Formats: sequence, C-alpha cells, structure tokens
Amino acid sequence: MKKMMCGAVAWLAMAFGLNAAEMKMAVTTSFHNSGLSEVLLPAIKRDLGLEVHLLIVGTGQALRLGAAGDVDAILVHSRKAEEAFLAEGNGTYRREIMYNDFVFVGPGSDQAGIRGAANAVQALRQIAGVKAPFVSRGDDSGTHKKELSLWLEAGLQADGFDSWYRAVGAGMGTALNTAAAMDAYVMSDRASWLNFGNKRGLELLYAGDPVLFNQYAYIPVNPDKHGHVKHDMAIALEGWLVSDTAKELINGYQINGEGLFVFNAQPR
Amino acid sequence: MGELWEGMRQAVWLVVTLDPDLVEISLRSLRVTLSALLIASMIALPLAAVLTVQRFRFRRLTVATLNALMGLPPVVVGLIVYIILSRGGPLGVLGLLFTPWAMVIAQVVIIVPLIASVAHQSLRELWSEYHDLLISLSTTKRQRIAALLWDGRRALLTAALAGFGRAIGEVGAIMIVGGNIEHVTRVLTTAIVLETGKGDFALALALGFILIAMAIVINFAIHNLSRTETEGRW
Amino acid sequence: MTSILPLRAEGAELRFRGKLLVGPVDVSLGAKGVTIVLGPNGSGKTSLLRMLHGLECPSAGQVRWAVPMHETFEKQAFVFQSPIMMRRTVRDNLAYPLRLSGVARAEARDRADHWAARVGLQDALDRQATVLSGGEQQKLALARALIRDPQVLFLDEPCASLDGRATREIEETLVAAAAAGTRLVMSTHDMGQARRLADEVLFLLHGKVQAFGPARAFFDHPPSAQARAFIKGDIVE
Repeated sequence: MKKMMCGAVAWLAMAFGLNAAEMKMAVTTSFHNSGLSEVLLPAIKRDLGLEVHLLIVGTGQALRLGAAGDVDAILVHSRKAEEAFLAEGNGTYRREIMYNDFVFVGPGSDQAGIRGAANAVQALRQIAGVKAPFVSRGDDSGTHKKELSLWLEAGLQADGFDSWYRAVGAGMGTALNTAAAMDAYVMSDRASWLNFGNKRGLELLYAGDPVLFNQYAYIPVNPDKHGHVKHDMAIALEGWLVSDTAKELINGYQINGEGLFVFNAQPR
Repeated sequence: MGELWEGMRQAVWLVVTLDPDLVEISLRSLRVTLSALLIASMIALPLAAVLTVQRFRFRRLTVATLNALMGLPPVVVGLIVYIILSRGGPLGVLGLLFTPWAMVIAQVVIIVPLIASVAHQSLRELWSEYHDLLISLSTTKRQRIAALLWDGRRALLTAALAGFGRAIGEVGAIMIVGGNIEHVTRVLTTAIVLETGKGDFALALALGFILIAMAIVINFAIHNLSRTETEGRW
Repeated sequence: MTSILPLRAEGAELRFRGKLLVGPVDVSLGAKGVTIVLGPNGSGKTSLLRMLHGLECPSAGQVRWAVPMHETFEKQAFVFQSPIMMRRTVRDNLAYPLRLSGVARAEARDRADHWAARVGLQDALDRQATVLSGGEQQKLALARALIRDPQVLFLDEPCASLDGRATREIEETLVAAAAAGTRLVMSTHDMGQARRLADEVLFLLHGKVQAFGPARAFFDHPPSAQARAFIKGDIVE
C-alpha cells in the first residue's frame, strides 16, 4: 500500500515533461481545423528539432496573446488587425505565408438562391433580402472580421439585423454545427468546411470571388517588448515556413482530392 | 441514436486498441487532476480541521465564505488564474501559463473550497463526538487535529472524491489557462470540446465515455479503499 | 511521585447562560479513597464532576489542585456516562492516551494488550471499538482512562445503562484501581453500588452540597430528611 502511494506521488511530482527546444505559437481555429498543422508540425520537428505548441484561438485572442507575450509567434489572417498589432510594437514584422479562401455554406434548398450570385457581396444581399437564417462567428476572429467587412461592402449594418442573424460567439466548428442544426447559411474557410464531419443538409453554395481570399501571415512577437520570448526559434520557424519544403507540403495538402492552401511567401 | 451507437463503437475500439493518443490524453487528465487533488487536499483538509477545533473571531465568516466559494464559476477562476499567470500578470515571470501546472493551479482553486466545506461538515460531527474525550485527555490543538483527520479519514476520502469528480470533468477553467495544446495541455474534457468543434461527434463521444468510465473506476477504487479501512486493515 | 491531591473547590460554581447548574461548592478531596456523588436527576452531579476534572471552567470561585493545573493533565482521567469510542480498534483506543504521552509504539501496544486482558477484551483487540456492545465499550473506556495510571479518576454514572454482569466487572476493576491507590470520584444512581464502593459520600440537591462525609455515617445516620428519603429510594424534589 505504502509503496503504491509513494509510486503514485512520484509519478505526479515528475515535472510534466517539457523539452528545451519548444515554442508556443497562437494560430486560428480555421488553420487548425484544416488539419494542415498535423502535416507541418512533424516536418518541423524532423527538420528543426523544434516542438511547436499550438494555441488554437480566434485571431482576436491570438493577437492579444502575442501582445501580452504569452506566445512566441502568431499565425493569423486579418490584415488590418495585424497591422494595428505591428503599429503598437507587439511584433517585429508580418510575413505572408499562404492563402486559402472563404466559402458560403448553406442548406441545399438555398432559399436565398446564392448559387448563381454574381459575387460575394451580391450573395449576402440576397440572404439579407429574404432574411434567411445566417450564423455568424461573432467572436472577433479573422473570419468574423472578414464577414463584417463584406456586410459593410454590401451596404448593410450587421448589428442592425433581426433574429435571422445569429452570432454564436464561438469557433468555426461550433458555427458550422449551429448552422447544420438550424439549416442556416454560414461563411466558413474552405478548410474547416472540408474537414467538418457533421454536414447534414449543408452544401457549399458559393465560392470563388477574389474578395474571399484569406491571407495567412506569420508574425514573431517583438523580443524588445518581451525579453523572455524565444525569438531565435521564432526566426528559425519563419525560415522553415517560407522554405521549399513548406511550399511542397502546403501546396500538396488535399482533402477529398481538393487543394486547400496556396503557398505565396516571397523571398526577401 | 446513430451517433450514440457510432460513438460507443468507436469508444470500445479506441480502448481495445489502446489508442496512443487516447492513452496519452487520459493519463494526462489523471495526472493533472490527481496532482491538483493532492495539493488541494493538503490545503483543504488541515484547513477544515483547524476550522473545526479552533475558535477564532472570524470562524463563522470563514466557514460561510468557504461554502459560498464552493459555487465559484470555474470559468471565472480560469480567467483570474489566466490574468495572474499571463506575462503581464503578477506571476507572469514564472512562465506557467499554458502549461499543465496552470491547469493544476486552476483546479486547486476550484476544489479547495469544495473539499474544505465537505470535510468541515463531517469533521464537525466527529468533533462533537470526540470533544469531551479529547479535552479530558488534555490533547494539544495539533493532536486534536491529527485525531480528527485520522479517524475521519473515510469521510475525508469522500470529500476528496467530490473534489476529484469536479476537477476531472471541468473544462472552462483549464481550457483558458491550459490552452488545449496537443501533447502538452490537452486533456479529456478539452479534447471533447475540440472534437465537437470539428463536428466529429463520434470521437467526442468516445472520449466522453472514457471520461465517465474513468470517473466510475476511480470512485470504485476509493470506495474499496474506504471499505478496507472500516475493517481495520490499515 | 508528587501527589496532585488534595483537590479543593472554593466557592466554585458553574453556570450555563446565567442558570446555576451547581455550586457554590466548598469541598476538599483528600489523598485516598472512593468518593461517591449522590443526588437526584438534575442535582448537578455531572456538572460538579466536569468542573472538578477541568472540562468546564468554574463561573465563579475556583478549583485548585495541590500542584499547578497543567501538571495534573496526565494524572487525572474521566469516564463518561455514555462511552466515547474513537473510530479505531480496541487496541488503538487503549494505546491512544499513551501515544499522546509520548510512549513508544511498541510499548504502548504491549500495555494496551495488557489492559485489554484486564477488562476481558483480549479477544476483541482488533475489532472496531464502535461495534462493541455497551458493556464492552464502557469497560474499554474504563481501561483507557486507567492506562496512564492516573492519580484521580472521575466517573459519571459509568454503569447507568449496563446489565448486572458488566456492572460487576466494572466494579471489580474499580476496586482493584482503588486498592492500587487511584483516587475515585464517581456519581451513581445505584444505591447498592454506592454502599459497596463508597468510603465517602457527597450528597447533592439542587446544585448544593447537602452532605459530605464518611459513607458509613451517611447511610447509618442520614444527615437530613431528604437524604433519608433518597437512601430509601423515595422521590426527592
């Protein structure tokens, strides 16, 4: 009995094993839901010997984590917010890595008829026109910000909508689950949509407008502001993310035979 | 119903094949919660005993506060621990945010009031039974506390059990302070949230069944321990 | 070994929320013998014993030993009317007072076994004390009170709810303890028991000491009408 207890205590007391070569990176839910990280992280580990711990949050929180110095780098997709982040001295610079695109998903019956819409803004106007149920992320994420800017372009105020507009205040998966349950329209990044396992009656209804392209950028947290951040590792990771190895993996990543991301990092 | 059966089937499959991810996540869940339980018990049980035998001015207030803190919303605990452990916070230099220790700390904060309150209830009963005898034997405060803790161990085990139940199933606080990082701070509850988010209900359910099964197994284990104790084997 | 006796109560009284329970009491208990405290229900027997033992502080007056109070702690003991059993085995209950006094585990165990045998509990050593019968529990409580070899032992109606056999066994143990020099101060309802054991009688009525003196004189020539009625078994108010 005593021996067992001692063993148990020793097991608990053992430090929760952490490697020296590790860093924390805040990424968006949409990036993680795509499944790409499961391809990239092992390759990074193999090539750099670097363990990257992902904090999967909305863009808004990712930026705040970076500003507080709680992570070493961030990988997000909301250009305006990123620039504000840099302007406040929270990051060193912004490096574009790749893009994917947003799609409009909705019930197969498509009551707003957005299948044939001329462009993204037109599609949103049609949804608002018939007051078809629409699920918004409502969580200050990059996807949410993108959606709001599109409503604005359509000349509509999202905060003035009635009950057909549902802001769930949650990640992409939850928003998709909600839309599936309510037969509602929702804007999703393509990766999350393809990987989503609970489609029910939902179908991809509209995609392809260049305004829906979704640029991912990598920002190392400013070591001048937070002395403890692992800046060397952040730089090493950046070097890998813009390398040819990364290019091959990113461009080659497919779900159900569809490519998801387009690598577009520029050499310096 | 289909989802439930599929979840069951997958759960059985994952357990039977000892899926490495599942084993890793389960062990981490256990380890985090047992660590929290150990630390919380070392704080809460003596505290409960002191509150029982020691008369002091704010004793009633302290007991009432502890009872009130039992209902502490975990999410708020998570938020406060987060702010304290964040690099900008008072304990930021320790770099504990998004590590298992942050989760342990949050769970300790959540279950200390619970364990202390439940323990205090039963120790108070025991103390009213023992009071005259222990005074008559002219015990010191320390000896009284020791006698209560030892002779009340069965009830205290129950208190700890309640704490364990609350900690292992908790998600709000540890999601915030742990960050649900794969291989580092991903535990059963946060993994369930993640899989649900992916719309992968089957796997989420499988993890949920494991969580329930684990709670039941531990409950039985502790129950058995307390039974051997009544028969005086240890 | 210095004696903690005599014990003197000087104007000692005990109140609970203003209500007088017992006192003022002025008595002196000498070095030897068995004092039996008699009196009807509610006359203050329990309160008097608890106050003398130190479980309760006198609300007025004082209770003084021959030595400073803290030196008496391990040299006096108390047996309660309904035995308080620790949730432990018989052996551990017996060993507990010894362990408190810093006796080594092995020796405490030997002495516990010895005392269990003296009160006929040698076969129950490993049983939980809480599951013993009433008589066994009181014998255990008595052995536990005697195990530190106290100079003074207070007993509050120890045989109140016991059958004849258990009562006899307890009386035998008490007689042996008294013969070995332990000062006994015991309350009882059982007039036969009082006659068998008493060297000295303290008769209480309404919290006041009505009589205090040698047992033979008390029983042969009751000092008051109430005492006479009480000895006869009449109701005394």
